[in-house]
Amino acid sequence: MKKIRSLALISATVLVATGCSAGASPAGTEQSAATGPIDIWLSNNEQELAWGKAMVDAWNADHPDEQVTAQPLPAGSTSEEAITAAITGGTAPCLVYNISPAAVSDWVKQGGLVDLSSLEGGDDYIEQRSGDVGSYAVDGRFYQLPWKSNPIVVMYNKTLFAQAGIDPEDPQMQTHEAFLEGARTLVDSGVQSAIWPKPTSEFYWAWGDFYPLYLAETDGTMLVEDGTSTFDSDAGRAVAEFWATMYDEKLAPTETSTDNPMVVGTTAMQIGGPWAIPTYAGAVDVGFMPVPTSDGREDPISFADSKGVSMFTACENQGTAWEFLKFSTSEDADGTLLELSGQMPMRTALMDTYPDYFDAHPESVYFAEQSEATRGVPSIPNSVEAWQTFRDEYSSAVIFGKGSVDDFLTNTAAKIDDLVAE
Amino acid sequence: MTDNRRLRTRWLGAQPIGGLFALPYLIFVIAIFAYPLGFAVYIAFHDYFFTAPGVEVDRPFVGFDNFATVLTDPRVLDALRNTLLFLVINVPLTAVFSLVLAVALNNGIRWAAAYRVAFYVPYLTASVSLVGVWMLLFSGNGLVNTILGPFAPDPSWLVNSALAMPMIALYVTWKEMGFYILLYLAALQNVPKELYESSETDGASIFTRFRHVTVPGVRNATTLVLILSIITGANLFTEPYLLTNGGGPDGASTTPALLIYQLGIQQQNPDTAAAIGIILVILVGLLSLAAQRATKER
Repeated sequence: MKKIRSLALISATVLVATGCSAGASPAGTEQSAATGPIDIWLSNNEQELAWGKAMVDAWNADHPDEQVTAQPLPAGSTSEEAITAAITGGTAPCLVYNISPAAVSDWVKQGGLVDLSSLEGGDDYIEQRSGDVGSYAVDGRFYQLPWKSNPIVVMYNKTLFAQAGIDPEDPQMQTHEAFLEGARTLVDSGVQSAIWPKPTSEFYWAWGDFYPLYLAETDGTMLVEDGTSTFDSDAGRAVAEFWATMYDEKLAPTETSTDNPMVVGTTAMQIGGPWAIPTYAGAVDVGFMPVPTSDGREDPISFADSKGVSMFTACENQGTAWEFLKFSTSEDADGTLLELSGQMPMRTALMDTYPDYFDAHPESVYFAEQSEATRGVPSIPNSVEAWQTFRDEYSSAVIFGKGSVDDFLTNTAAKIDDLVAE
Repeated sequence: MTDNRRLRTRWLGAQPIGGLFALPYLIFVIAIFAYPLGFAVYIAFHDYFFTAPGVEVDRPFVGFDNFATVLTDPRVLDALRNTLLFLVINVPLTAVFSLVLAVALNNGIRWAAAYRVAFYVPYLTASVSLVGVWMLLFSGNGLVNTILGPFAPDPSWLVNSALAMPMIALYVTWKEMGFYILLYLAALQNVPKELYESSETDGASIFTRFRHVTVPGVRNATTLVLILSIITGANLFTEPYLLTNGGGPDGASTTPALLIYQLGIQQQNPDTAAAIGIILVILVGLLSLAAQRATKER
């Protein structure tokens, strides 16, 4: 009898689970015009929170019936996980700022994002503001507004460079070979490591080491284009072998730092975006240079650690959300973002639009110029899984030196082709 | 007794009011354990992904496809192998050290209270903060390598694919030890003192008394320690994620729980993640059964 009761309980549980998994009706289209109060989520970054508060206060003062409530993204391992959970639970806000483009295709598949192209003037607004951003579309539709771009460059400690005998104003490290030679000189001079990219296994760290150099090497070819991986090539091999040499000769550590290695002086270089500038203020006399290429070309294309803004289908007042999205990405709002955070709004003619800011912040000019020559992460199916696959194989072959670079490129390309084709 | 009453007694017991008292816990068990488990079983047998509420998608029944996928995935097999290595190191060390230390603490050594606190503090402390301490100790330029000098392993402890999992096993053994010592201390109170006295009178050495009185006397606690440490090992997530850079080096410390997180949460493949979870539950059940049989009094 005990067994029968247990079986009955398990069966009931499974039936409940099965019943609960059935879908309901889709959201109504009248939501797209509805107005009223909305919620938005911002990143936890202090400067962006200040910017968000300024935007919300300005909007709320003029829109008493369409009040906006802002809050930082809920705590989670990453923003993407918190947002994915919110979509599944139906608790997503109307707008989320600072989303990673890599996660968008999965959220579209979940039915969690509003197609901004379907809104009145959606495509026109996005393309007039941000220029050629077609690579941010999924199946030709915008489910995100490409918001800001943070070009990835090499940042270096001028003092450590000078101590090693490298000209800090013109390090002459544009080629892979020259960069390696400079790195050896730095380590020989007593610096613990020449450069310290994060060697961890999370999928997004590929964007901080391999990908910027690959974009530079190929003049902007994305890792996947037209549904096929591109990196099993001479360019991919050159970049992978460059990093493999870095790790093999212990010019770059294979473990993470317990603190900021540039700030504490345990590394002479890091790869990063403009968000890092405030970190070094007063601690490091920092210089910037482009990522190296095999032939040392001038002004190579780099990776834009860009972020977008998406509207979520759980939003009841999408009319207000769309108006607030346009308000918060207007020329004035972008100027405030630049002023408060130092991050580059993704809009055409950036330096001409905000000449006063760049006159007052010459250190940002380098990033603004570089932001004209960047690429983002391709919007592909199974994006996160594809990037995790890439990172796993890269870690094995390049960071830890197991297996050949050729095998890494060929095997990973085949796996990613399969994932993209699913 | 009428038929109705007999039927009611059969289903609700002789004292139905007792069921009322148990109801809150029953609801808790159904909501927190039974429902998710049943849902996981459902997911594992379907082509499933999470969607926003109201979005209708086709989630066909796929039989054992998800299980076939994960059982042929080298990452899953590596993760199971890593877990086995963890268990081989962690479980015996946990059982032996916690019993020996509990016996020492039970025998009135000096400063026993201070030792108890020292062993128990790591268990109470959040793993995240202790991981930071271990990273400072065992990183390439950490304290341990500074002491070892030329004898330090290369690559260093936490990024060495041969040492990463043993390091995690040692870390977890140290962190959890306090809890298991408490279990053994409680069990030792029930071992009759007369047995020690009579064996001592018979001339049994301290080791003989330990082997023939203490070990059999705490057999039930040993079973519990083994099962709990197996379950802890099977659920390993925080330590490999934080201590060895998200499952590195080269996947040497990736565990099934870490893969479940990657597949289910990060990569939107809850169906294969659920299949791993169910396989893990079955394996833990079998290992626990084996542990119970091994420690059963014959």
